[in-house]
Amino acid sequence: MHGANPSMPVPHGEDHAGGASHASVRSYVVGFVLSVVLTAIPFALVMSGTVSASTAVPAALGLGAVQMVVHLVYFLHMDRASSRTWNMAAFVFTVIVLVILVVGSLWVMHNLDVNMMPGMMPME
Amino acid sequence: MTTQAIQSEPISAIADSIDAHEEHHDDGSTTTLGFWIYLMSDCILFASLFASFAVLRGQLAGGPGARELFSLPYVAVETACLLVSSFTYGMAMISMQRGRQAQVLGWLVLTMLLGLGFVGMEVHEFADLIHEGAGPDRSAFLSAFFTLVGTHGLHVTAGIVWMLVLILHILRRGLSPANQTRLMCLSLFWHFLDVVWIGVFTVVYLMGVA
Repeated sequence: MHGANPSMPVPHGEDHAGGASHASVRSYVVGFVLSVVLTAIPFALVMSGTVSASTAVPAALGLGAVQMVVHLVYFLHMDRASSRTWNMAAFVFTVIVLVILVVGSLWVMHNLDVNMMPGMMPME
Repeated sequence: MTTQAIQSEPISAIADSIDAHEEHHDDGSTTTLGFWIYLMSDCILFASLFASFAVLRGQLAGGPGARELFSLPYVAVETACLLVSSFTYGMAMISMQRGRQAQVLGWLVLTMLLGLGFVGMEVHEFADLIHEGAGPDRSAFLSAFFTLVGTHGLHVTAGIVWMLVLILHILRRGLSPANQTRLMCLSLFWHFLDVVWIGVFTVVYLMGVA
């Protein structure tokens, strides 16, 4: 009933699946290959043990961030389609809260750690 | 007609009227947006757990650290399970768009098996750690580790149960508009869990061992 041509995804899901169906086999394959590569590199870096932690940690964090974006674009189909304005707005707001939460916690707790003088903790 | 249906098959008739109701008032996009907003709140939950973990990861209380406890090849296999399952769920969505019910079911079953593999491996890892005396009560680092990774594992378990229920829904009613909306929501949920796992293997395992 619906076309089976792989290069022409039928816009069948769009009516009910509300702005969430720009899926095609191609986008999933591209996303999958990219994320396999982006997973393999940091694992190889850390497991080989040839690079120091000061190189491996920022590299792993950076590649992890890139991989998250790859997943959002290719698997969760975050794009600038007009039907998804509200999804994007909610997402951007969440990212802001997330950054404040994580960076703020680390900052505050680091300061506490640094300013805590030895002997200020009650010892049992 | 309706009363007859209610008499002979009450549950099915009620489910039918619910489906019809959904179709009439909602084309599914409101549901997906609402579900997306739930996912964003879940994101904040995970962000709090990540923040706690990041603050507490150095507090070993004389106990074992990440380097002694974690096996990266093991984590790599877990990661592969989840990553491949994201892809297979994507294939299920493609089959759904083409109206191929049997294919959708096949991909869903495969996705569920990969999810079960992941959860099984994680439970095994947790059991090993607790057995070695590195349970959540050992140090602040391990408490934060078990909370963060355990919460993710519970989400995956919930996703598996949901998938099982959805398979039954599809077997019963086919790829109805209501079922398509449900598949779409689970798709968001499943891919979202994979995104969270990227954060987990990077921050917990790779940064811990490096």
